[in-house]
Amino acid sequence: MNAIVLALIGMIILGLGYRYYSKFVAEKIFRLDPNYITPAHRYKDDVDFVPTNKFVLWGHHFTSVAGAAPIVGPAIAVYWGWLPAFLWVILGTVFAAGIHDFGTLVLSVRNKGQSVGTLAHRLIGQRAKILFLFIILILVLMVNAVFAWVISNLFIQFPASVFPVFIQIPLAVWIGHIVYKKKQKMLVPSLIALAVMYIAAIFSSQYSFLQIDLVRYMGGDGASGLFGLGAVSTAFFIWIVVLMVYVYIASVLPVWKLLQPRDFINSHQLVVGLGILYLGLVFVNPKITAPITNTAVSDVSWFPLLFITIACGAISGFHGLVSSGTSSKQLNKETDARFVGYLGAVGEGILALIAIIAAITFFPSKEEFLATYSSFGAASSGGLGVFIKGASNLAAGLGIPASISTTIVSIIVVSFAATTLDSSLRLMRYIIAELGVEYRMPVLEKKHVATSLAVFSSAALVLLPKGPQGFGSGGYLLWPLFGTANQLLAGISLLLISIWLKRLGRNYLVTIIPMVFVMFMTLWAMFQQVIFQWSWFGNNSNTLLFIFGAVIFVFAIWIMLTAFSALSGKYDDKIITEEE
Amino acid sequence: MLDKMKALVNWYEEVLSMPHRREVASELRDEDDLFLLLLYSEMIGIPNPAYYYTLELYPYMMEKFHDWHLRMGMEKSPLTGFRCC
Repeated sequence: MNAIVLALIGMIILGLGYRYYSKFVAEKIFRLDPNYITPAHRYKDDVDFVPTNKFVLWGHHFTSVAGAAPIVGPAIAVYWGWLPAFLWVILGTVFAAGIHDFGTLVLSVRNKGQSVGTLAHRLIGQRAKILFLFIILILVLMVNAVFAWVISNLFIQFPASVFPVFIQIPLAVWIGHIVYKKKQKMLVPSLIALAVMYIAAIFSSQYSFLQIDLVRYMGGDGASGLFGLGAVSTAFFIWIVVLMVYVYIASVLPVWKLLQPRDFINSHQLVVGLGILYLGLVFVNPKITAPITNTAVSDVSWFPLLFITIACGAISGFHGLVSSGTSSKQLNKETDARFVGYLGAVGEGILALIAIIAAITFFPSKEEFLATYSSFGAASSGGLGVFIKGASNLAAGLGIPASISTTIVSIIVVSFAATTLDSSLRLMRYIIAELGVEYRMPVLEKKHVATSLAVFSSAALVLLPKGPQGFGSGGYLLWPLFGTANQLLAGISLLLISIWLKRLGRNYLVTIIPMVFVMFMTLWAMFQQVIFQWSWFGNNSNTLLFIFGAVIFVFAIWIMLTAFSALSGKYDDKIITEEE
Repeated sequence: MLDKMKALVNWYEEVLSMPHRREVASELRDEDDLFLLLLYSEMIGIPNPAYYYTLELYPYMMEKFHDWHLRMGMEKSPLTGFRCC
């Protein structure tokens, strides 16, 4: 089958979902009112609450939710063939992610712009707040570990990307200086910085002395490195330590010095990336060589693992944090929620769609696809590499040489992952401080204590699982856990919307069905993984993953029980129903 | 055509700078809050020898002061006698 046809089918379904389904939900279920005074107007303070044009708000919402996750998940999930991944991304976006993002936005707008965490406290009760904090803590811990692994892995696989990524740091400091000290506009300097980075990428792809290849320095794959480890293990160890030192510094510096200017540069990369890939798709017009469904699978079944492997891109709880955390405080009219929330999810679906297409068109034949995607483990550790090579194949259609486009695509993915890593480490620091307040441990509220704790636990988590290439290379084993934590959060948000709709006497099937589906898949997948894979009598016994999996499993059961009692009205915890 | 391009560039710049403007504004607000606390610490029981003089500023910053005490979790103005709300 032709890849352009697949992309068109996907986009048409997404378009119909927006045109008809979201319109139905907006008018009949949420009953959006153009005259409702949104929090942005009611509490306008020009800091958090700012009425914003819907196109600008959509752009902001989309850039905040799109990242490396909708690329990594689909690149792994094509292991089961392209059709299951394609269907889950498209139908998941239309019926689950769109409604979830749109719904959390409306729920928050109708409740003074409060975040999902506060709303859980109000709609379910006190216990929900602590539960919520712990789930977010697990989620950000997984994000830190997984993305530290993703970046290290890319640095080792594509050493030409290291130099341009590091050159970004002084460029960012320079931009921070001219934007905030010299009060100039940021568009031109950030585009110059991006151009400098890409020129650096061209040079580093051509000249091997600019490629910082730790494995080669130590004498190749089979050589031994430091502390009696292999060369690859040592390289992983060094990159993870370097990254953790970097995020520590970035997290305690004032935001305008490094983080924000880096963001300025990176936000262009989303546009560049999507542009290159979709234009390349049109010019190259590649054939899909991957099988429709992979019948050779014998290790892990697609059902239910597919639904947690692709989290972002089909449904992701993280979006609810953005919807209810910032976007809801800036919505100009209530009716804009459909455009911002639903179309934000559609944008992410389109990103996941091109990730699938890049991975399934890369191989010249089905046999080569099956040889690389030989097991779920191989798919998890190698999927991202396949995406990058597939994406550079598409970019070749625009006349960019393969070695340069490989470097540029890997820079784009590293930048996405690094932005996510930065913000999630900051988030983790805040959560640790908040838990410190909750449990009266004032020492946890100190900036350096909380940051150190966040950095050390993330580094420990990414270094512990052992992959085929040794110490540190097993970070991808955490991917299903990341997916589960993310889906759990989405489940809670959908539950909150359902409870709210039920109390208003509306039909809440549109939110409860995706909620039950997502929670069921998450529970089932975690049960299978915990019992048959990670437990002491499982196939791949692993104590660390077993503990995390078991904790998430218990949380999921807890949420299901809470959901059931809250929806049936028999919940005994103190529920705050009235507007305070 | 040129107008449309200009609008597109403006939209793009707006999208990129929006979250950052918010972050910088909120840091600035935090600093302003601290400044107000230094000015009016006497009201919440922290002795402040300059209070007599800082109180003279009060009529000029009534609106700011009102926002501040709301943000600090005080529904009504802590100042007895003359007040903003």
